[in-house]
Amino acid sequence: MIEIFGIPSSALFGQLLIGLINGSFYALLSLGLAVIFGMLNIINFTHGAQYMLGALVAYLLLKYSGLGYWPALIIVPVLVGIVGVLIERVFLQWLYKLDHLYGLLLTFGLALIIEGVSRNYLGSAGLPYALPDSLRGGQNLGFMFLPNYRVWVIVASLTVCLGTWFMIERTRFGAYLRAATENPSLVRAFGINVPRMITLTYGFGVALAAFAGVMAAPIYNVSPNMGSELIIVVFAVVVIGGMGSILGAIVTGFGLGIIEGLTKVFFPEASNTVIFVIMAIVLLVSPAGLFGRRA
Amino acid sequence: MRKTLVLAALSAALLCGGANAQQINVKIGVLTDMSSLYKDATGPGSVEAAKMAAEDFMKTHPIFKVEVVSGDHQNKPDVGVQIANQWIDVEHVDMIADVPNSGVALAITQVAAQKNKVFVASGPAASDLTGPKCNANMVHWTYDTWMLANGTGKAIVKNGGDSWFFLTSDYAFGHALERDTSAVVIANGGKVVGAVRHPINTSDFSSFLLQAQQSKAKIIGLANAGGDTINAIKQGAEFGIVAGGQRFAGLLVFASDVNALGLKTAQGLSLTETFYWDTNDATRAWTKRWQANLKTPDKWPTMNQAGVYAGTLHYLKAVAALKSAADGKAVVAEMKKEPTDDPLFGKGSVRADGRVLHPAFLFEVKKPEESKYPGDFYNLKSTIPADQAFRPLKDGNCPLVSG
Repeated sequence: MIEIFGIPSSALFGQLLIGLINGSFYALLSLGLAVIFGMLNIINFTHGAQYMLGALVAYLLLKYSGLGYWPALIIVPVLVGIVGVLIERVFLQWLYKLDHLYGLLLTFGLALIIEGVSRNYLGSAGLPYALPDSLRGGQNLGFMFLPNYRVWVIVASLTVCLGTWFMIERTRFGAYLRAATENPSLVRAFGINVPRMITLTYGFGVALAAFAGVMAAPIYNVSPNMGSELIIVVFAVVVIGGMGSILGAIVTGFGLGIIEGLTKVFFPEASNTVIFVIMAIVLLVSPAGLFGRRA
Repeated sequence: MRKTLVLAALSAALLCGGANAQQINVKIGVLTDMSSLYKDATGPGSVEAAKMAAEDFMKTHPIFKVEVVSGDHQNKPDVGVQIANQWIDVEHVDMIADVPNSGVALAITQVAAQKNKVFVASGPAASDLTGPKCNANMVHWTYDTWMLANGTGKAIVKNGGDSWFFLTSDYAFGHALERDTSAVVIANGGKVVGAVRHPINTSDFSSFLLQAQQSKAKIIGLANAGGDTINAIKQGAEFGIVAGGQRFAGLLVFASDVNALGLKTAQGLSLTETFYWDTNDATRAWTKRWQANLKTPDKWPTMNQAGVYAGTLHYLKAVAALKSAADGKAVVAEMKKEPTDDPLFGKGSVRADGRVLHPAFLFEVKKPEESKYPGDFYNLKSTIPADQAFRPLKDGNCPLVSG
């Protein structure tokens, strides 16, 4: 068997694939952040809590109304998205004219409140959520065992990412949206309801987080802390990709997933740190991120 | 007018003092994790357990008035020490219980020694508490790292699980657990084929699981805790670890973790605990009462929470014998003199180094179809008698013993 740096090549293929799958989670989460920052100029620190809410609501739906994974995949993003719309209407809309810092503080505070309340009612140990029966099992690829659910994660994540990119960069609605971020008053003059569009965009970004939460529920521990553990990495992904760049978020998400996966083989102790090392280097070389527009 | 008020207050105070002349006040502080990762394994459930112990004790000892207060150490030693100092200096707390998180507990045991109060350590795992860091003011209930490693490691090797691969949390607790378990595995004729150190609070274990799978080890030892253990097992089920013939050994798994995983995912997991709610009628009755008081019918008490109850009860018995809680060292000496006896851990004893000796149990998590009612989690595989469950006294290097 061929060995690369002392690791059998078959093991390496497995790790690359795993990295790609984890990357698709990063991509899905950072996508929502990038959409919200790009369109609203808000650094949405509540994103982790909204991702966690996605998983929790999926659990509650299963427990109290018997609705399983597939209905949850549609219903939960809508429900949590509505919560997002309320947050935008009640709080965020007053902050657009102020410095980024205010939005950051507000969303950070909201995240702490949401997590605290969930912990109070649901505890911290976590809640059970089983794999849907239709996605149980997996394929033996020879060099690794690939669970069916992970295949589904890649497919769903790629579809959602590309769909979102297409909607914002290639459709009329997306064009309005981009125009409204550049010059809201001009777009308003054309008779377009800009505030409503902004509200819906925030709701959509939040729904993306909740979607990722439902995707995560069967494989990650469903607990009030799950968001805060992931959100920092996701922020690093967005910063490396370039704040507000949608394509940047997607490409960096997948790329960093792979790099992190390889680190887990060669030097596992550093697997939490490697993303931040890359972030520091990228910021030194290109302060606007890899795909960001220079201010 | 002012004078009258002062006089009235003074006489009222005197009156109260007179009425309570016979009463002995004892105050217990449950220092725990109310808001973070150990909240379900300890937290409010531990506070309730201490209150139940106080209640049961006062029924038979009416001249005592036992008060329970609680505090959140936030898993930070400095916060814990600050609360402990405040409790002892200002609020006259006589005993501190629980303290999950070994880092905080190692700081608290020093506070208790300095101020001559009592620390009933039912929450922390570090075996150093009865080893190099032991003192005459501390009693260690429930479990420790040596016992976890020995209980699970030995039994599994004897049942044929003789090759191990470790998933280890990359900090002091994980390293200690891996080191102790490796020693047990090797001493019993097994071998360790590899280990991987993962950062604490890792959400994705797939990469590590793949390495464990490729190692072909029969047993994957989880030298981690809480969310990390849950994530590893959950994703292990997904990656067909158990279906592929390998088995997980949870080196620190609480009933609350099994509840979080669900039996479908956790089935077949081996683990060691010293208390299981469904052991006998006494533990079941206690659990019912605990659930009713907390209004949580779908949660089950962990061994730590049971340890708070048993430890508090034994402490209060010692105070009753001395009729005073003032001298912490004297109370602990009395606790060591008397055998322990409570409905949750049964009969046991406290050793010179502060280690409480009680049996430990090796459990296997049931299959979903074997579970007949909610909370029916475990099959008992073997019982480790009290004299074998814990580290021998001479190996601990406790200054109290070696002099």
